[in-house]
Amino acid sequence: MDMRSLLRTLEHATLRDIALVCLADALVGASFGAISVSGGLPLWVPIALSVLVFAGGSQFAAVGVVLSGGGALAAVATGLVLNARLLPFGFAVADVLQGPWWQRLLGAQLLTDESAAFAIQQRDPRQRRAAFWICGIALFVVWNAAVVLGALAGGLIGNTDAVGLDAAFPAVLLALVLPSLADRRTRTAALVGAVAAVAVTPFVPAGLPVLLALVGLLFAGRPEAGESAGSAESPESAEPAEFAAVDVVAVKEGVR
Amino acid sequence: MMPLYAVLLLAVGTYAYRVAGPLLGRRLALSERLRHLLAVAAAVLLVALVATGALTQGHGFAGWARPVGVLVAGVLAWRRAPFPAVVVAGAAATALLRLCGVG
Repeated sequence: MDMRSLLRTLEHATLRDIALVCLADALVGASFGAISVSGGLPLWVPIALSVLVFAGGSQFAAVGVVLSGGGALAAVATGLVLNARLLPFGFAVADVLQGPWWQRLLGAQLLTDESAAFAIQQRDPRQRRAAFWICGIALFVVWNAAVVLGALAGGLIGNTDAVGLDAAFPAVLLALVLPSLADRRTRTAALVGAVAAVAVTPFVPAGLPVLLALVGLLFAGRPEAGESAGSAESPESAEPAEFAAVDVVAVKEGVR
Repeated sequence: MMPLYAVLLLAVGTYAYRVAGPLLGRRLALSERLRHLLAVAAAVLLVALVATGALTQGHGFAGWARPVGVLVAGVLAWRRAPFPAVVVAGAAATALLRLCGVG
């Protein structure tokens, strides 16, 4: 795989969009590093999570559960439910990840909301491939560098409550999830779940309330008529980009 | 705390989600119903984290300063303010309230 020929394959506008998304994610990554370390976790935890898990939402979720006093297994369970959305993305970009086995295994680690969204936007197979690899590699480098810098900076902050850092964590998550709440059924499910989670917090062990929020899924409804038409459709024609694309657009707007 | 085995469990599980499609893509397809549920589940968990993170501390109420800060951030995010402004404003509002003696 030749990086320069990959870069030439993509249009300038796409490359610029990828750069913008990387910039936005760098800010999220830096906040993740800073919040984790200033919350009391050792430096290696946010860094190991970022390299090995490499999925921002679940990293925040796992650290959030642990910092609020929850058990490690509750943190893992929350992160794993959150990352289950990567499963359909993997099927959607399976055609991009053909080739030698080591490329497939390596490429899988680069699968994120963003790299899947950029790949799906492209029509031509060569461009899909280029978009996936360029976005994936760029994000991996930028994300991890930002987390390290943020974690180092987080160690310098003394009294984190006095500067309101405990509010920064829910604030970051809220900014990330807001675009997906445009869908009414998602919003209803999320609201029911949030009320349930807060209501049970006084009575159950920490970490559990967030998982119990999944009762909200009872209100998730069915996929819209247009979506449900081909329940047995092939992965090639699948179009799970709707929410990933929304995320990318939101992230881009966030930078401006 | 977050022990190494927890980090590894989360990493291995997440990688399994990622690699399933590229390895099984030709033999298996996910139903639309499942795709929809997975997408909604992600949003449900994130919103629950926002709500519990903003309102609770341990098993009790976190005090007013934090939820008000998160609310300020939420309004700014909804009005499409840039991401750094959203986070800094949320933290600053909370810090300011505490400076004024609000818990």
